[in-house]
Amino acid sequence: MRRNPGTDLNTDGFADIRINTPAVERRAANLPTRRSLKKDHQAAWLLNAVRCIDLTTLAGDDTEDRVARLCAKARQPIAPELLEAVGVSGLTTGAVCVYPTMVAAAKRALGNSGVPVASVATGFPAGLMPLDLRLAEIRYAVDQGADEIDIVISRGLALRGEWSALYDEIRQMKEACGSARMKAILATGELKSLENVSKASHIAMQAGSDWIKTSTGKEGVNATLPVSLVMCRAIRDYQTQTGHKVAFKPAGGLRTAKDALNWQVLMKEELGREWLDPDLFRIGASSLLGDLERQISHHVTGRYASAHRLAIA
Amino acid sequence: MSRVSEIMETMEYGPSVEDSSAVREWLAKNGPFGHFIGGKFTEPGATFATRDPSTGEDLAQLSQGSADDVADAVKAARKAQRGWAKLSGSERARYLYAIARHVQKRERFLSVLETLDNGKPIRESRDADIPLVARHFYHHAGWAELLETKLPGYTPLGVCGQIIPWNFPLLMLAWKIAPGLAAGNTVVLKPAEYTSLTALAFAEICQEVGLPAGVVNIVTGDGDTGAALVSADVDKIAFTGSTEVGRKIAETLAGTGRKLTLELGGKSPFIVMDDADLDAAVDGVADSIWFNQGQVCCAGSRILVAESVADRFERLLQTRMNRLRVGPPLDKSTDIGAIVDPVQKDRIMSICRAATDDGAELIGGHPASGCFIAPGYLRNIQPANPGMQQEIFGPIATLSTFRTADEAIELANNTRYGLAGSVWSESATVATDLAARIKAGVIWINSANMFDAAAPFGGYRESGFGREGGRVGMLEYLAEPTVKAVKEPAVTKPAAAPDGEAATTGVIDRTAKLYIGGAQKRPDGGASYKVPGGLAPLGNRKDIRNAVEAAAKATKWAAMGGHARAQVLYFIAENLSARATEFATRTSKAEVEAAIARAFHYAAWADKFDGANVQAKTGTLVNVIPEPYGVMGIACPNTQPLASFMSLVMPAIAMGNSVVAIAAQDDPLPVTDLYQVFDTSDLPGGVVNIITGVKDELAQTLAAHDEVAAMWYVGDQADLTRVEQAAGGNLKPVWSPTNRDWTKSDAQGEIFLRHAMQAKTIWLPYGALPAGSGGAAY
Repeated sequence: MRRNPGTDLNTDGFADIRINTPAVERRAANLPTRRSLKKDHQAAWLLNAVRCIDLTTLAGDDTEDRVARLCAKARQPIAPELLEAVGVSGLTTGAVCVYPTMVAAAKRALGNSGVPVASVATGFPAGLMPLDLRLAEIRYAVDQGADEIDIVISRGLALRGEWSALYDEIRQMKEACGSARMKAILATGELKSLENVSKASHIAMQAGSDWIKTSTGKEGVNATLPVSLVMCRAIRDYQTQTGHKVAFKPAGGLRTAKDALNWQVLMKEELGREWLDPDLFRIGASSLLGDLERQISHHVTGRYASAHRLAIA
Repeated sequence: MSRVSEIMETMEYGPSVEDSSAVREWLAKNGPFGHFIGGKFTEPGATFATRDPSTGEDLAQLSQGSADDVADAVKAARKAQRGWAKLSGSERARYLYAIARHVQKRERFLSVLETLDNGKPIRESRDADIPLVARHFYHHAGWAELLETKLPGYTPLGVCGQIIPWNFPLLMLAWKIAPGLAAGNTVVLKPAEYTSLTALAFAEICQEVGLPAGVVNIVTGDGDTGAALVSADVDKIAFTGSTEVGRKIAETLAGTGRKLTLELGGKSPFIVMDDADLDAAVDGVADSIWFNQGQVCCAGSRILVAESVADRFERLLQTRMNRLRVGPPLDKSTDIGAIVDPVQKDRIMSICRAATDDGAELIGGHPASGCFIAPGYLRNIQPANPGMQQEIFGPIATLSTFRTADEAIELANNTRYGLAGSVWSESATVATDLAARIKAGVIWINSANMFDAAAPFGGYRESGFGREGGRVGMLEYLAEPTVKAVKEPAVTKPAAAPDGEAATTGVIDRTAKLYIGGAQKRPDGGASYKVPGGLAPLGNRKDIRNAVEAAAKATKWAAMGGHARAQVLYFIAENLSARATEFATRTSKAEVEAAIARAFHYAAWADKFDGANVQAKTGTLVNVIPEPYGVMGIACPNTQPLASFMSLVMPAIAMGNSVVAIAAQDDPLPVTDLYQVFDTSDLPGGVVNIITGVKDELAQTLAAHDEVAAMWYVGDQADLTRVEQAAGGNLKPVWSPTNRDWTKSDAQGEIFLRHAMQAKTIWLPYGALPAGSGGAAY
């Protein structure tokens, strides 16, 4: 299984980073207009998005039954007759993503489906808990059976440029994850500047994150294409520097099939084909799956679908 | 394995081809095409085929316009012009607005037609060309509306002949027709023979909106048709195309008094500093030389990258280049479409061969069957290599390195062209400095190939003259308010031999000299000629050469800034005033008063002829800056020596130019004496250089000098023709203001300043934070 062992802290790795925001926005705006997907190709790319989804519920009113329903959808994200029509079998989402207290329920519900369970931890979403409690939460989630841990970084450290302190925190979190793979949520909507985003990406990767992830879904601005472009370029530079491949996960804000295509085009154009595999690309989403399924339904039947005819998560 | 499963493995994009059936039906129904003259399509004459360059398939037959066709079109335009000009600005605006709207409503049709005919990717015609066409007509609808308010006293020119290239067919049509019509002119437009179809579709839009017959006329055909239009009875020629053809047109029009604007070739620098966002710069390359198959006159085709980041930049560039998709133009996932014609493809490949023969290494750039060439660039290339000098006009850039900002500028300006430049640096200090120092009409900071109807576009040097877009673009389609003409007295032939007639006696002999580089110089030929008050030096071509050399060195004058230049001009007025009586006895009181007034007037203007910040694009500061030409040549009329000299030289130097002036031939001594005034007024040496002698001969040498960037000539029509012909060499603009009473108030004003500067448009996108997280807006 792919892992990022991380490196020693190396601020030189991003000391020369220069990011021109208007240029990033132009490229992000222009990328989706440069590629178009039709018919079978569109269907294939939509299904690929499905297998990359971390199907998520992170609400205060989550219950074990609610999580079980989500897991059922993760195991069978697209109606079997639709999948049969396009000749695709064994499709699941990339993972389910829940709070630590729901991990056990999720594991039970997913059984031997092979769908991994991801758990947020470290005082999600704000991360403003004492470090020892945040680390304890990771250990708890792992203990409950989580395969992947989505940690949140301390935005304050990034905003103050305390990169060394941030590195140390994330390093400890990675250790606490043990055999579970770690996603580092940067909360880019709170880091604001794209140079901050890039630097925080490098720190998270150096500290051993297996994924870097844009958002908790709870910030004012979540995943955007410009922010994702900057993070992808950081992933590319880190690979050039170290040889390690780090995965990317946009989360929050991807709601439509068109979004799913746009982000995949971004991955392919900036990082290459490999970053379209669920091992290197995940989409944190809940409502997105519904739209993907509706589009698949349209592809198969030629009729526009109604949401009430498709099974909900 | 199902098809979908297979694609889930490869994750290829697959075909996504825009439907062209509506366009093909239109072609079948309407072809073969005649010309559009007087509101109607003519019967097709002798025809030639226009092809889809991506397949070689014939799309339609077009008529080869004859001189008679052109004459008919000009006649129709002439007939329509008075009525069109008589409409109120607001009425003309409604037509232009309707055209803009109809272009939008036919957006898909026009995009597909453009792509079929030209070979450019549908993404580009859909997202760049056609929206900009609509934008151009909207913007100029506004100009029609506001013309009388914003430019009072200006009148239409009459009939404008317009010749456009094949790289942005409909967009270039819009750039030409929109301002022409807004100003009250009627037009005869000749599209390029490779790409006439959207112009013919545009003719149908003109019919659809009910544009009066004859206001827009379109004659198709090749270069012969264009030549016929250049020789036809029109009041202006506007040309966009190659520098060679532009030069021929300038020579043909010499002495005709017809207005001319030229938008020609380029080999624009693309400077990447060590503090640039390199990814952004790589995107910029893709938007420049890998846009429209590199068939872009303003493309950043000479990439200059700081040595310290060159390796990394090149690695990123190659990665990006390898992900560009060369393919069918109508496929929505195509980045690089077809070159417009096999002739062009051969031309591109032959320049690449010459470049590699000369030691350059070509990365990428492989030709494929049909009109396709993969994107590429030439590395290990030196300024002397033909690949670095010639405009390749294909998807092939050059890449070379520099050590310092100074060297970057030296390399950037080492070209006969001056159309555009791109500068990449995250330092505002560095970027704006480079923008100021690149000799080009359009500078993009941290961006490339941005266009807008409000932002003037056009070149320095051999990239042409005149601007398209914005206020300065409108002025190119308007006649300046007329002044009362006065006939210039004919010159007497200067005699270098003594004639034995007594001159003044009883005073110490005075020796007038040439004034070059701030010093008194004897004429190179060692000869003088007799003029009122004594003997004047008989200057020759070597004196012109020396004077231009001195003027070219006076660069700090422009750098002093408006306020400091104003102080010098005020000082000139002061010192001239102190010697008013003496100068008056040699000329007249009126002349001296006018001379003092000119110095005062242009001192006032020196720090007030402002540029503009134009509303081109949100999130972008677009500044239009008046820049001096550099060295200007001025041939003064053979009359009112002091007043005419000061009326012409003061505005030129107020704008920061240095000047080589030929004084009134028959009476130059009041001017040669001015050196004492200049010397005592802190005017730096070389800013004003005075040559006396045979005006016609000196003016021709001056006009032909490659270092002289602009020429003013007042005088005889036959001589003007020769001056304009000579000026065609380096394509300098020639302005020939009417000879007038130079003591009158209409011998001064803003119009003189406008001809003493060239507009530079600097684009600076700003934005600290991504959209959605705040950010200010100007």
